[in-house]
Amino acid sequence: MPVTILPYGDRALLLELVAAGVGVDVRAGASAQVSAAIRAAGPRVTAGLVDIVPAERTVLVTTRPGTDLVALRADLLALLSAGEAGPGVDTVAGEARLVTIPVRYDGPDLDDVARHTGLTVAEVTAAHEASHWEVAFCGFVPGFAYLVGGDPRLEVPRRSTPRTVVPAGAVALAGRYSGIYPRPSPGGWQLIGSTSAVLFDPHRESPALLRPGDRVRFVASPT
Amino acid sequence: MTGGAAARALTVVATGPLVLVQDRGRPGYADVGVSPSGAADRGAFELGARLVGNTDADAAFEVLLGGLAVRAETELTVAVTGAPCPVEVAGRPVGFAAPVHCGAGQVLRLGMAPQGLRSYLTVAGGLDSVRVLGSASTDTLSGLGPAPVEAGDRFVVAPSRQTGAGAVDLAPVAAPASGLVDLEITVGPRADWLDASSSLTGRSWVVGADSDRVGIRLDGPPLAWADHVRGTELASEGIVRGAVQLPPSGRPIIFLADHPTTGGYPVVAVVASACLDRLAQLRPGQSVRLGSGV
Repeated sequence: MPVTILPYGDRALLLELVAAGVGVDVRAGASAQVSAAIRAAGPRVTAGLVDIVPAERTVLVTTRPGTDLVALRADLLALLSAGEAGPGVDTVAGEARLVTIPVRYDGPDLDDVARHTGLTVAEVTAAHEASHWEVAFCGFVPGFAYLVGGDPRLEVPRRSTPRTVVPAGAVALAGRYSGIYPRPSPGGWQLIGSTSAVLFDPHRESPALLRPGDRVRFVASPT
Repeated sequence: MTGGAAARALTVVATGPLVLVQDRGRPGYADVGVSPSGAADRGAFELGARLVGNTDADAAFEVLLGGLAVRAETELTVAVTGAPCPVEVAGRPVGFAAPVHCGAGQVLRLGMAPQGLRSYLTVAGGLDSVRVLGSASTDTLSGLGPAPVEAGDRFVVAPSRQTGAGAVDLAPVAAPASGLVDLEITVGPRADWLDASSSLTGRSWVVGADSDRVGIRLDGPPLAWADHVRGTELASEGIVRGAVQLPPSGRPIIFLADHPTTGGYPVVAVVASACLDRLAQLRPGQSVRLGSGV
């Protein structure tokens, strides 16, 4: 996975994923794979790291005070260029967990999504359920996962007026992403369903149900 | 103390504008959207911990502008650090940035801080507060951690690890500056998004009234994005404490402890880690100057 490493102050580096060619976009989910590769690297790379934060096309690494950023930069470049040809990145991706989310397709924006996509409501929910989603990265609020890999026909704009409160468990679409609101919060995504799954519980051993790199399937549950 | 049966505790009598429980925060969870949080002025918090024999995992009070008063239910050793404020126990002035003894039933009171923004009241043993993801810190952005401290709240205090010998008596620390503050910055990942004629450095900015633990908003003539990025959108990317983000409004934001884990506006510079604690003591209306190699 080719990356460019950008400066980010005296305690962090920003890895920017480089597209394979002109006009080719970075593969969705690639940043989660790069994160996993860094996490799985030896202590020489990981000893000084605090956080590894995948985002849409970048991975931020933050370090403990006193970490040699010049050496870390070289080690990361070596690790990720080796991963391109060798096992590294792909092997890690092969170990992704599969999380199944029960969903009731009862969202208030189903008709709008159908109109935007030119599909029927039944086709929208079928496409959402059939898609092989993957957590590209998390953010916005604790436990909110940006899911990619969906049926391209499901790409819809955000709502022109965001809602002041979206209920916890709302299953939504925006752009090429699907997501689930972990708790009541403002939000502009199109709501297509709801789930009883608990996306974030700080008292669980693994607080976030969905983590970067996880594979996700939605399964319609009876209303 | 003898006996050891009675739980060491204190009760909050009054708070000033805002009192939060803080410790070292929640590093390591940014990949699932959890901010680092933790004491805004890390140096002042850690000094308080050292003065009373605590570690940075022990929770303390972060006091905005002073005004906190607590009644010691049992004998306690405390220290006040950060923004200097008058401190009294049972109506008598006591030392700042020094271990202070508080007898059972006595009230310890922090006056208003004339300069700086955040003081820390650290109690030997640490505040026993609910931990979320290993930390008792209140994250004002996500709402993780305890609610802001209110009058009437009672805190149990863990037994002190202080042995008595080798403790620091008084820490000579420089007070936060009250006038123009210089902050050293280094290059950010999106420095090229800033218009070349529109400099972040070499001028002074005013700390906005809408600044908080999430970030400091800077007021001043707005900066412009470079021509080659105008009208484009940056994909959201990771944020660090001290990141200087430039929204389309042209008013820079410098992120503090409760920053979001990712953001969609370009980070054009990053405040040097040596200056991060100074950020936490800036008052609204105060002037700052950003520069490289200050």
